[in-house]
Amino acid sequence: MQQTLFAGILVASLATFVFSCYRRLALVSVGAGEYRFDHPMTRLKEVLVYALGQKRVMKRPFGINHGVIFWAFLVLTLANAEFLISGVFPNLNFTLLPPPLHGTLSLLFELSSLATMAAVSLAFLRRIFNPPYEEARTFEAFFILSMIAGLMAAYFGVHAAEIAMGEASPSFSAPVSSLLATLLGHTPLAGQLPVIKAVSWWVHAVLLLSFMNFLPYSKHMHILTAIPNVFLRSLGKVNSQPREEFAEGRTFGASTVDRLSWKDLLDSFSCTECGRCQNSCPAAATGKQLNPRMLIHAIKESLLGNGSSLPSSADAVAASSAASLIGKGEGTVSEAALWSCTSCGSCMESCPVFIEHLPKVVKLRRHLVEMEARFPEELLNLFENMEQRSNPWGMAPSERSKWSSQLDLEPFEAGKTEYLLFVGCSGAFDARNKQVTVALTKVLDAAGVSYGILGKDEKCCGESVRRLGNEYLFETMANENVNQFRSRGVTKVITQCPHCFNTLKNDYRQYGLELEVIHHTEFIKGLIGRGSLKVKGGEDLGRVVFHDSCYLGRHNEVYEPPREVIREVTGAAVHELPRNKENGFCCGAGGGRMWLEEHEGTAINRSRVKEALDQKPATICVSCPFCMTMFEDGIKEFTGVTTQVKDIAEVVAQNL
Amino acid sequence: MIVVACIKQVPDTTQVQIDPVTNTLVREGIPFIINPYDTHALEETLRLKDSHGFKAVALSMGPPNAEAALRKALALGVDRSILLSDRVFGGADTLSTSNVISAAIRRLMDEDEIGIVFCGKQTIDGDTAQVGPGIAVRLGFSQLTLVDRIERIDTGARTITVRRKLEGRYEIVEARLPAMITVVRELNRPRYPTVPMRLASAKAEVERWSNEELKLDVNSVGLKGSPTWVSRIFSPQRAQGEILGDGMNDPVAAALMLVDRLVEGDLLAV
Repeated sequence: MQQTLFAGILVASLATFVFSCYRRLALVSVGAGEYRFDHPMTRLKEVLVYALGQKRVMKRPFGINHGVIFWAFLVLTLANAEFLISGVFPNLNFTLLPPPLHGTLSLLFELSSLATMAAVSLAFLRRIFNPPYEEARTFEAFFILSMIAGLMAAYFGVHAAEIAMGEASPSFSAPVSSLLATLLGHTPLAGQLPVIKAVSWWVHAVLLLSFMNFLPYSKHMHILTAIPNVFLRSLGKVNSQPREEFAEGRTFGASTVDRLSWKDLLDSFSCTECGRCQNSCPAAATGKQLNPRMLIHAIKESLLGNGSSLPSSADAVAASSAASLIGKGEGTVSEAALWSCTSCGSCMESCPVFIEHLPKVVKLRRHLVEMEARFPEELLNLFENMEQRSNPWGMAPSERSKWSSQLDLEPFEAGKTEYLLFVGCSGAFDARNKQVTVALTKVLDAAGVSYGILGKDEKCCGESVRRLGNEYLFETMANENVNQFRSRGVTKVITQCPHCFNTLKNDYRQYGLELEVIHHTEFIKGLIGRGSLKVKGGEDLGRVVFHDSCYLGRHNEVYEPPREVIREVTGAAVHELPRNKENGFCCGAGGGRMWLEEHEGTAINRSRVKEALDQKPATICVSCPFCMTMFEDGIKEFTGVTTQVKDIAEVVAQNL
Repeated sequence: MIVVACIKQVPDTTQVQIDPVTNTLVREGIPFIINPYDTHALEETLRLKDSHGFKAVALSMGPPNAEAALRKALALGVDRSILLSDRVFGGADTLSTSNVISAAIRRLMDEDEIGIVFCGKQTIDGDTAQVGPGIAVRLGFSQLTLVDRIERIDTGARTITVRRKLEGRYEIVEARLPAMITVVRELNRPRYPTVPMRLASAKAEVERWSNEELKLDVNSVGLKGSPTWVSRIFSPQRAQGEILGDGMNDPVAAALMLVDRLVEGDLLAV
């Protein structure tokens, strides 16, 4: 009777579970195509390290708690499978296994359940007293934790009652249940053992099946999608965005979920709202509207609300405006939030399941710029300047080589000069950064490097316009540069700007141009290492802190060369900032923010400068012209500060 | 009702160089842009199209490559772009230019009523500010120069009220339509083309009107119709400045030296 009843409930539960999962996951298919199945062995390895190994989860101290729950969950999946099967066929259970194996499994289940109890209780307390972020105290979170705790309690209830009733014998392979059985024997409940067993069994059954059916409708969907999401991650760094095909009749960027890729949509189901992204986001930290967690949440809400009606609606225009991801209210992201992203990549770096936030921001920006020509007013001049004069300030292109008018520099000529020194707009036009360029040439000359410049013929690489979503303009600028590099036979490039570095190296690859691009910090390190450059080691520059550029560090993983150069020059290790390397905090100028006013919240650069000044440094070392500008500007707001901001090239040039 | 934006393609003057031998502009490699003031004339035309449903027409007289400017106008949203181009129009001064443009507008008047003709207040290459007024006079339109705001348009009573930005004051003026309005940059913020519009404009037709269409007396156009001509063009020589003090290491002292020098030269009121 009980078996028949349970069999019915089980079949119904499994059916609704499968149906719910299908209904939700089928929505992912409204997304645009994207190939994510290359290098399957590498992908499996990533799953081992990051999903099963919980590598990123455990980077934060409390992540260990998640690790415990996760691994226990894997072990208990076996126990729960047995529970469901033996619920229908009572004789089909683990006692059929050889006793040593059965004993080992039982011990594993007992210990896992106990560990889960402990971890879930800790998680409960943490969420009350020290939540990852304020809004994390949701009913859903506490409900799920209670359910898991209830499941564990019911598990012990069943087994303790069985032992107390003599159906199983107490043993070292069931230490918790045996102990509970002994305790039970001494309580008034001792006479109610069959009832306790039956109630515990049914509580366990109902909780397990309810939990399963609740999953697809909660953030705990990640239990199902997180592992596939890690498998489907972008294998390289997400430091570029895909090209668009500019042809009539097409639309550009994304404003509705069907214009995002299916992987973008799967990301939204894989988010468990842990808040790591928002806690590392410079925009969120300084009071901007952008919250990377809410961006992913909005995509999920929009997908659930509109996914099934897109894109086959009869009135496509009306449907897409009603279903727009950009706007106000549930299931949308505000324009202000989109424009406040610095593209620093800290959200993606911190996400344990490799959700890719930045490509989504750029796709939404592309829609605003390319389809609606709607953007902050400062950008109109920027776009016109870039288009007309190929530099952000609208300076005359003939002025581009002025910085070198007092220097005796070679023009780049294939065969005669080995490297192209790609100066970049800041290095050529900005007063402070021109000093860095001059210092760099001094260093290169001292090492006898064969290099040349393009002078007036150099053009802006287009990095900012690409991150700002003006892909059409970027395409034009990229083509001009790629053609020039090809026709002049450029193969090796030294850049002084990490933004140029990333664009020449990673963006132009999409145009079939493979250059050997090297940032000056790496290049100088090589020169010192080969003995081509002699520096006065052990020069006392006082305390030196180093600020990681997002595009050199996080996006391209160049962390050590600048530190090694500083060590060579000063003889001492760099004094690290609290947030450094992959956890580095943006200066505020990436993602085209260099050209935008910061109207909301507090200034990002001020926050970062304060973090640096708290270390009482004599020198703040940077490796990026945008960082230089942001630090020089930010430091002016602190009075009585004698700290200097210097580029690595300047520090080296002073100590030749 | 038609609203016309007169635009001119000009060399980006920040990049202009003069050939010291021939005294002519070195045009090679110099990018051309829409005269910056004209971009505001164009924007206002588009705004009236959006708000009043007027038909927006962009008009330019120039060599065949001026088509690029008119194509950009199409990308921004004008309904028609017309290039007035003919060898006999070449070498025109402001008088003969306004003759040609006026003739083109008269031709448009045969199709529909003209409401307003917008021009930039001047071009950055010629800087005469004469063509707009020249058109107004030749067509007998109300002449409203240096406008920084359209207060209102009454299509029923055929009147327009605008604000003119003058030295140290504003002037609110009401005038009869049709009117010729020259605009200053404060009037509006020009829009940016969407990509679909840009792609569409690449294939859209820019109409080409020559003197066959306009049928003007060849003696009233081009060099022949121009009572003025450029006898010499040159860039003024600027003396090289000098570097005062050491601004990098002692900015305060350098700034004081600069102030002293400005006061000495009577360049600064104290």
